[in-house]
Amino acid sequence: MADQEITLMKGNEAIAHAAIRCGCDGYFGYPITPQSEVLETLAEQKPWETTGMVVLQAESETSSINMVYGGAGCGKKVMTSSSSPGISLMQEGLSYMAGCEIPCLVVNVSRGGPGLGTIQPSQADYFQSCKGGGHGDYRLIVLAPSSVQEMADFVDLAFELAFKYRNPAMILTDGVIGQMMEKVVLPPFKPRRTEEEILKQCPWAATGRPKTRKPNVITSLELDPAKMEEINIRIQKKYAEIQEKEVRFEEYMLEDAEYAICAFGSAARIAKKAIEEARNEGIKVGLLRPITLWPFPYKEVEALSNKVKGILSLEINAGQMVEDIRLAVNGKIPVSHYGRLGGIIPAPDEVVRELKKMVK
Amino acid sequence: MKQEIIIAGFGGQGVLSMGKILAYSGLIEGKEVTWMPAYGPEQRGGTANVTVIVSDEEISSPILSSYDTAIILNQPSMEKFENSVKPGGTLIYDGYGISIPPTRKDINIYRVDAMDVAAKMNLIKIFNMILLGSYLKLHPIVQIESVLKALKKTLPERHHGLIPQNEEAIKKGMELVG
Amino acid sequence: MSMDIKEIIQPENLVYQKPELLNDTPMHYCPGCSHGVVHKLISEVIADMGMADKTVGVSPVGCAVFAYKYIDIDWQEAAHGRAPAVATAVKRLWPDRLVFTYQGDGDLACIGTAETIHALNRGENITIVFINNAIYGMTGGQMAPTTLLGMKTATCPYGRDAKLHGYPLKIADLAAQLQGTCYVTRQSVHSVAAINKAKRALRKAFEYNMAGKGSCLVEMVSTCNSGWKLSPAKANKWMEENMFPFYHIGDLKDIANNNQ
Repeated sequence: MADQEITLMKGNEAIAHAAIRCGCDGYFGYPITPQSEVLETLAEQKPWETTGMVVLQAESETSSINMVYGGAGCGKKVMTSSSSPGISLMQEGLSYMAGCEIPCLVVNVSRGGPGLGTIQPSQADYFQSCKGGGHGDYRLIVLAPSSVQEMADFVDLAFELAFKYRNPAMILTDGVIGQMMEKVVLPPFKPRRTEEEILKQCPWAATGRPKTRKPNVITSLELDPAKMEEINIRIQKKYAEIQEKEVRFEEYMLEDAEYAICAFGSAARIAKKAIEEARNEGIKVGLLRPITLWPFPYKEVEALSNKVKGILSLEINAGQMVEDIRLAVNGKIPVSHYGRLGGIIPAPDEVVRELKKMVK
Repeated sequence: MKQEIIIAGFGGQGVLSMGKILAYSGLIEGKEVTWMPAYGPEQRGGTANVTVIVSDEEISSPILSSYDTAIILNQPSMEKFENSVKPGGTLIYDGYGISIPPTRKDINIYRVDAMDVAAKMNLIKIFNMILLGSYLKLHPIVQIESVLKALKKTLPERHHGLIPQNEEAIKKGMELVG
Repeated sequence: MSMDIKEIIQPENLVYQKPELLNDTPMHYCPGCSHGVVHKLISEVIADMGMADKTVGVSPVGCAVFAYKYIDIDWQEAAHGRAPAVATAVKRLWPDRLVFTYQGDGDLACIGTAETIHALNRGENITIVFINNAIYGMTGGQMAPTTLLGMKTATCPYGRDAKLHGYPLKIADLAAQLQGTCYVTRQSVHSVAAINKAKRALRKAFEYNMAGKGSCLVEMVSTCNSGWKLSPAKANKWMEENMFPFYHIGDLKDIANNNQ
């Protein structure tokens, strides 16, 4: 079956193919390394001739995210992708979309910062993604793939969650997963929704007002503080529900573990290799990999802290997720961080060295 | 079985494509594979390298600190990667680009003058396939038939006429370390 | 014999009617402001075209931020300057819809210049309705990109000085040069004749969009009597004497007429 064909492709290419296959209506983006293959692959695939998906190269990331806003506001399944500096430009739009409660997918193939930084991989956008990079009390649903297969699979999942909760979703990945080629089985084709299906699924969308209903207005503006507070409380309730129901994570070799590494995305891959090596040297260590960075698996990390003697947070940054781990552990056991900066990827043997420090 | 390989040289020498064909060949045989390039401006004229892992089991990290095999095409890459070959591992290098040969005693070193041979055979554009042939002779992790299938899959159709030449180059490479 | 009020309110006696799409919400615009008239014209044209159920408007940040409260169609409220990007996606994803943005000079010609120029240049089948009153109204009368030289505002209290502030920007002239635009016009709503012309311009723009001819820019040279600190009547006069000589009224480009 052609749908099930195993193929070799880059993570960025997998994002593009998965978008076409999951019935995405529109992609709006701007070139930036290391994610340009997403737009390039879409342009090469010409989905407007097959599924009818719109693909447009915008004049900036600012414009891209506002095109996504427009598309999301009229009920369509729309997305963009970029890398760290471009994602910074999109924060205004993301805050607006969270405020308007409209669904979309933003892919961040992140690179090292701050500023123009480097084009090499980094996980330094954890805070920006999970703690609200834009203004106001809001959250993004953040998924962290650690393989090309997950890049493909999470596109549909992200859209599903975004529409279920009417909230922007993000795939937070990096140059490693974006540029790496791996085996992937692309998801089966799902047709784009018909006009009727969109109107049924998104009765709130601004698509043109039939006389039978009041105007639909996509806005995040409310000058009456009492009403604005009400809106905020409703949104916070939704976030609590997401935190309750949508936590995803992977456990690896934790059954007999005395120590644990916590790592997401590409760092989790390095952690697995380090665990192989450490176990060869007799250190019983396992991995807890958050798949949803928000909602973060607080309960699972807390449970882990009752089981192991120490947790090492392996991140390709100066220590960001470690703050959430410490919140969950609440001082019960030692939690340390190891990471490399500036686009350098920590090598597995460096991680083993750090583990030994913890065991000592 | 698992092979962790680094291929390194100048951009434009076919470093990335050699790795891609190797990874594709593994895929065709149902193996697990990863292909991780050092990306960016380096690809366009500076040094380029790619880490390829071909394995019967699931692959953890696509980024490594040491390698079973290094295929080295220029001096800067030799300096960078000679010491990253695991003890007992393999280092294949093209004598054309190397002014200071490797000195390690605990690894198996093969000099393959692929560029010179390719020039004589009028196959300069695919000299990387000679090196791939040498590698596969030493570490037959994939069958040559799979490599030919991979070439068919990765080369644009208009270049399929060149596949017999690629085969010739791979076989020559095998002879050179034979 | 005096007539009963019920006898007077008869369809045959009707001389003027508020457009159906304009609701009863009291507008927040200052008395004498041009926004109300342009809102009315847009409401009329959409209804005349029978497009009420197929129109999506995009409102800006600026005085017209609440345009969606007054015209009973579907709306999206865009971030400051981003309306043309928002409209681009709506139109591309729902090609049979009538999509327009409604923007002021700060929103369109300053913070959103990139979005404006690129949407127009791509030939998006949208209309940008541009209210140019040469001042920031909502924030209290600061200098706009379109503020005339010598004109006093809160941030150029001694008058706009080219050396200090640069020159007023003629967005419509720029737009007319772009290959993506099919209709660029500059209108005003200060007299009955002008209002009628402005309405015809809006209708033409919307029809061009629905025929897939390209982008349209309808600039409305407008008054801001509060910001200008003039009475409505004096503001109209000031506009005729000072704005019109710089922002010439009339069509700058119409593909039906020529190949400019």
